Amino acid sequence: MSINIFKINEELREFIPQEVIDLEEKATWGNPKRGVMDLPYAKELLEEHSLCAGCPESMAFRYILASLPNPEDTIIVNSTGCTSLVFPHIALHTVHSLFGNQNAVASGIKRTLEWRFPDKVKDVIVLAGDGATVDIGLDCTLQSFFRQEKITTICFDNEVYANTGGQESGTTVQGHVFKMAPKGKQWPKVPMWQLAIDSGCHYVVRMSVSSPKKVEQVVKKAIYVAREVGPTYLHFYTPCILEIGLNSDDALMEMRDKDKERFKFFEYVSPQAEEVIAKKKEEGLL
Amino acid sequence: MQKLSEELKNRAGQKIVDPEYLLFEAPREKVFMTGSEVVKEAVKRASVDASVSYPITPQSEAAHLIGELWVEGYVGVYFRGESEFGVMSELAGCSMAGARTITTTSGPGTLRAMENFPMWAGSRLPIQLVLMARGINSPLSIQPDDLEVSFLLDTGCMVWYAENAQELFDMILAGFVVAEQPDVHVPVVNVINGFFISHTRESVMLPPDDIALPPYNPYKAPMPPIDMEMPPGRFLRDPFVMKSNYISYATHTSWQFEVRAAIERARPYIKKYLGSLIEEFGDPEAEIVLVSTGTGAAQAKEAVRLLEDEGVKAKVVKLRTIRPFPINELREAVKNAKVIFVPEFNVVGWLEREIRRYLYKHSDAEIIGGPRVAGGMTMPPEIIVKDVLNYLGKEVKHVY
Repeated sequence: MSINIFKINEELREFIPQEVIDLEEKATWGNPKRGVMDLPYAKELLEEHSLCAGCPESMAFRYILASLPNPEDTIIVNSTGCTSLVFPHIALHTVHSLFGNQNAVASGIKRTLEWRFPDKVKDVIVLAGDGATVDIGLDCTLQSFFRQEKITTICFDNEVYANTGGQESGTTVQGHVFKMAPKGKQWPKVPMWQLAIDSGCHYVVRMSVSSPKKVEQVVKKAIYVAREVGPTYLHFYTPCILEIGLNSDDALMEMRDKDKERFKFFEYVSPQAEEVIAKKKEEGLL
Repeated sequence: MQKLSEELKNRAGQKIVDPEYLLFEAPREKVFMTGSEVVKEAVKRASVDASVSYPITPQSEAAHLIGELWVEGYVGVYFRGESEFGVMSELAGCSMAGARTITTTSGPGTLRAMENFPMWAGSRLPIQLVLMARGINSPLSIQPDDLEVSFLLDTGCMVWYAENAQELFDMILAGFVVAEQPDVHVPVVNVINGFFISHTRESVMLPPDDIALPPYNPYKAPMPPIDMEMPPGRFLRDPFVMKSNYISYATHTSWQFEVRAAIERARPYIKKYLGSLIEEFGDPEAEIVLVSTGTGAAQAKEAVRLLEDEGVKAKVVKLRTIRPFPINELREAVKNAKVIFVPEFNVVGWLEREIRRYLYKHSDAEIIGGPRVAGGMTMPPEIIVKDVLNYLGKEVKHVY
C-alpha cells in the first residue's frame, strides 16, 4: 500500500500547490471500484494535459487513469511520441526510456517488483503510440508477449506518426497519403490485435475510445488478467484530428464512425482469462 | 529489532560483510579457473538482484553461469532477452525498479545495445556490464579486438579495464560498490579482452562463498526507484523536453555535466576499493614507457622483462580505468619518459588518442601509437620489444 506517498508533510503544507493537495484529499485511492464515473467529482491523476484541444488521446488517458484498480501501486511505462508529452502530468511513477523499448523496460520492472515485493500487487502498464508499439518497438512488444510477461500493453493507434509531423506508420490504412508515403501507403494496416493473440496475449481488445464506460471495463479486465495470467493487449483508436484535418469537436464523431468499421469492438478472451474475469465479476469488481 | 549478536544475511542466506572485508581481509583460497567462471564467482558474492542475458561469443558462458546462480537462489531475476537492445532495456527496467543488476556482452552486441548506455547513465542507473571485447562487423569476426571500447567512452558510463581473471573478480565486486555510491550512481563497464581472459584458465584467489556484499539500497539513490513506494521524482514530473526555452536547454546541459561530474567523483572510491587507477611495473625511473590496458598491459610487462635482458630499462603504466581517466596518475608516471609506446588491440588507436589528449603540454615525450594488433591477432611481447629496439636503433634479436 503506497497511498502514504501522496500524504503531505504538515509542516510544508502551506507551500504545496493546490493540485498536489487535491491529490491527497480528493483523488480516489485504495478503492478498486473507482472508475470513469468519478471523473466529475474526484481529483484526476492527470493534471491537465499537453495535447491538442479535443485530442482523443487525452480522453483515453483520462478514462484509463480513472479506471486503474490499484493506482497506488501502478507503474506506467511509456515511449516517445505524443503520449510522452502527457507523462509529466501523471501523478504516478512513470518511465520514459527510449523509443520502442517500452515493453522491455516494463518486463524488467515487473519482474523486479515481484522479486522485491513478493506479497504486494504491483501493476505494470505500458502506454505507447502505434509507432512505438507496432513499428520501432514491435520486437520488444511481441517478445514480451512470447515471454508471458504479466503486463498490460495499451496502444494508442492514431494511424500516423503525429508528434513528428504526420508520417505514415505501420497502422496507417493502405492508400492513405501521409508524409513518407507521398503516393499513398503501399501495404495494409498491421492487424496488431491479431498478432497479440497469436503471440500469447490472454485478453485482447480492439476499439475506439468513444465510450468511457467501455474503456473502464476493458482496462480493468486487462489489468486483472495480466496480474494473474499473463500479457494482455488493448488497441485503442485515438485519431489524430490534426493530421486528418478535423476540428477539435469532430473527434468523437470520427471515432463513432469507425466504431462501425475498422475499429468495430473486438474482444478475445483466453480460457484462463475467462476464469479471472468471472471471479472478479463475482467479487463485484467488474 | 535485529539483535546485535545475530548475523545479517542476504536473501541467498549468505552472511553480509563490509566490502572492505570481502575485498581485502577475508581469507582467500587459490583456484584455477577461466574468466567466465570468475564472473560467476564474483556475482555469487555480490547479492545480485537481477541479470538478463543474450548469447554472443565470447561472453555466453559467463551469462549461462549467472543463470545457474539464479537456479541456486543467488540471483533474484534471470532470463534471456530478445536481443542486446532488449536486454539492456530490460536491465534498465530492473535497475529502475530497485535491483542490483549485471549483464555481459561482446562486440556487435555492444553496438546493438548502444542506445541504452547513455540512457542508463542519464537515468543514473548503477548497472554493471562485463564487456568481453571482440571484433566488430563487418567483415564477420568473433575474435579478440577492443575497438568497441572507443564507442563507450562518451556514454556517461564508467569504463574500467581488467588485465586478468583476478582483477576481473575484484573489479566486479568493487564495481558495484563504487557505482552505487549515492554521489556516483552511474553505470560501470568492466572490460576484458575476450577469449584471452574469458576462455583461459589462471590462478585466482577467492574469498569464501558464504559471505557477500551488502544488498543494494535503492532508497539511497539520487533518483527515486520506480516502485510507487516514494513520491515521484522531479525528473519524472518535469522533463526538460517539455519546455522549449533556454532554461530547459540549460537544464539538460547541466544534467549531462552532472553525469560526467559523477564519474569524476568516483575517483576516491576507486582508489579505496581498487587501490589505484593505474598500476606501474618495471623501472620507476625508466625513460621508455609502455602505456596500455588489459591484455595489452600483460604483454607489455613481458616485453619489459625481455628488454631488461637487452639492457634496456622500461616500464609499463597499466590504466585500470579509462572513465574516469587517470589524468594526474598518468602524468606523474610518465614524468621521466622520453618515449611512450601505446600497444593496443584495435586498428584505430583509441587509447593513443586518449593519452595524447591528456599528456598534451604535460609531457615532452614522443608518443608512438603502437604496436597494434586486431581482428583476433595475439600480441607477442616480441613485437613490442622490436618496436622499442628499432626506435633506439639497436639490433633486433628477439623477434623470430
